[in-house]
Amino acid sequence: MNVAPILPEIILGIGAIVLMLVAAFAGRRSGGFTSWAAVLLLIGATLALIGAPSEAGAVYGGLVTADFFGAFGKSLIFLASAVAIIAAHGWFERGTEHSPEYPVLILFSALGGAVMVSAISLVTLYIGLELLSLAGYVLASYRRNDDRSAEAGLKYFLLGALASGILLYGISLLYGFSGTMNFNGIAAAFERGGPPSLGLLFGVVFVLAGVAFKISAVPFHFWTPDVYEGAPTPVTAFFASAPKVAAVLLGVRLCIDALGPATDAWRQIVIFAALASIFLGAVAAYGQTNIKRLLAYSSINNVGFALVGLAAGTPVGASSVLFYMAVYVVMTLGAFLCVLWMRDKDGEAVEDIYALSGLSQTRPAFAVALAIFMFSLAGIPPLFGFWPKLLVFQAAVDAGLVALAVAAIVGTVVGAYYYLKIVKIVYFDEAAPAFARVRQPVQGALIFLAAVAVSPLGYLLIGPLQSLTDRAAGSIF
Amino acid sequence: MISLAHYLTVAAILFVLGVLGIFLNRRNVILMLMAIELILLSVNINLVAFSAFLGDIVGQVMAMFVLTVAAAEAAIGLAILVIFFRGRGSIAVEDVNRMRG
Repeated sequence: MNVAPILPEIILGIGAIVLMLVAAFAGRRSGGFTSWAAVLLLIGATLALIGAPSEAGAVYGGLVTADFFGAFGKSLIFLASAVAIIAAHGWFERGTEHSPEYPVLILFSALGGAVMVSAISLVTLYIGLELLSLAGYVLASYRRNDDRSAEAGLKYFLLGALASGILLYGISLLYGFSGTMNFNGIAAAFERGGPPSLGLLFGVVFVLAGVAFKISAVPFHFWTPDVYEGAPTPVTAFFASAPKVAAVLLGVRLCIDALGPATDAWRQIVIFAALASIFLGAVAAYGQTNIKRLLAYSSINNVGFALVGLAAGTPVGASSVLFYMAVYVVMTLGAFLCVLWMRDKDGEAVEDIYALSGLSQTRPAFAVALAIFMFSLAGIPPLFGFWPKLLVFQAAVDAGLVALAVAAIVGTVVGAYYYLKIVKIVYFDEAAPAFARVRQPVQGALIFLAAVAVSPLGYLLIGPLQSLTDRAAGSIF
Repeated sequence: MISLAHYLTVAAILFVLGVLGIFLNRRNVILMLMAIELILLSVNINLVAFSAFLGDIVGQVMAMFVLTVAAAEAAIGLAILVIFFRGRGSIAVEDVNRMRG
């Protein structure tokens, strides 16, 4: 059997199992080792994407595909997971919960995400999604002595299990009425002339509802603020990046590959979810004072913009979604790393946004980084967050969805309010007590890199990134 | 003669019961776990019925995967429930309310 096309998954799978054994036998002492070994594994898996895993095409009887679209998604997922592991340094050590299982769980979750983005069969799709989710439920309740963490895990689990049940019901309907689990076969069933049968349409709606839950698009977003607030901050950073990329890319491949001939059927669903996410994400964040809840609404809002690009249903649209997710991951990880650094003088984590008051006087460099991320998330030019928003709007207009693009632009303006509010607190409010210094040079370097990447200097990346996303989008059409 | 439609109807009823069980149940989280199992069961009935009527084995393979994942899911769900109970001393649905807004 040729394993070259799935080499990254094999590296992660075997590596995660070995590290789990190391963690079981060596116990708590191995925390630092497993953590760095997991980061190396993720980097190794990213490098292993070059070659067969990005160009072999459909393998193993059409269960998975090794194409450039999947490789692009996997590189984002792996790198975001590596950052999430590094983000935990100095976080769990302070409490009693420091343990080496955290990087192992992240590895399994990243593996699930990798399977999701390369799935071209409903079976693989489901297995990947569950691998990602099951590890995610445990991660959300990782600080098991903390009430909020346990509650976040419970809520995430109950609603996640419901969503995967809905997704499965949709899978069973798609399978029954098209006669196959393969994306190509499902597309063929939709092409068979005449309007698609009611069973197929129900299947599409149920499957999209399940995917919408995973990307926390409205109306399936209700778990997001609670889980993001309750989960430990490094886990929240992970939830906001890697699983979201995996689910969005899975949605793109599903809509284009399997449901391409039924674009008219899913487009209205995607448009509704996009606009509802943009506006709810913008409006519901107004009264929030917890920065993690605020960023949860920000992630709902941002997913809405990515869906605008998907609604276009064109190669340009798919390319703009990939571009959007790449920039979104950098912005959101940077913002969460900043949140990790919000510690009071005893080193305890602070989550209230008013603790940031006057940060520009006490910690000017930190304030500049935070302001860059906030302006960029709001999509204000000349920061780099503006460019992917422009691309998705452009794709929507090109596909004739002018009203959608206009509504989304209005949503951008509405949403800018709360990002600007944070900048105002940081720069113009009376100084609050200064934060304690966090001695984590690697995290500091990551914040610096992320801030540079989304600053106006990021525009230098447009050329190479655009050619990558175009090539990736081209591989699924 | 039992036709495909009969199986699908039973599965649909079980599915709706499961979903209602999650949304209408205000008492106990264990009941929610049972409702989730009910949903997965209804999907399995669907898959096996389709598989038999299509003469295609993939549906039954998928049903096996669903069973396996359901077992793992139940294990994780109960484990999370145990740590929740340790912290809060209750598994009533209305006590899952530390975070709101």
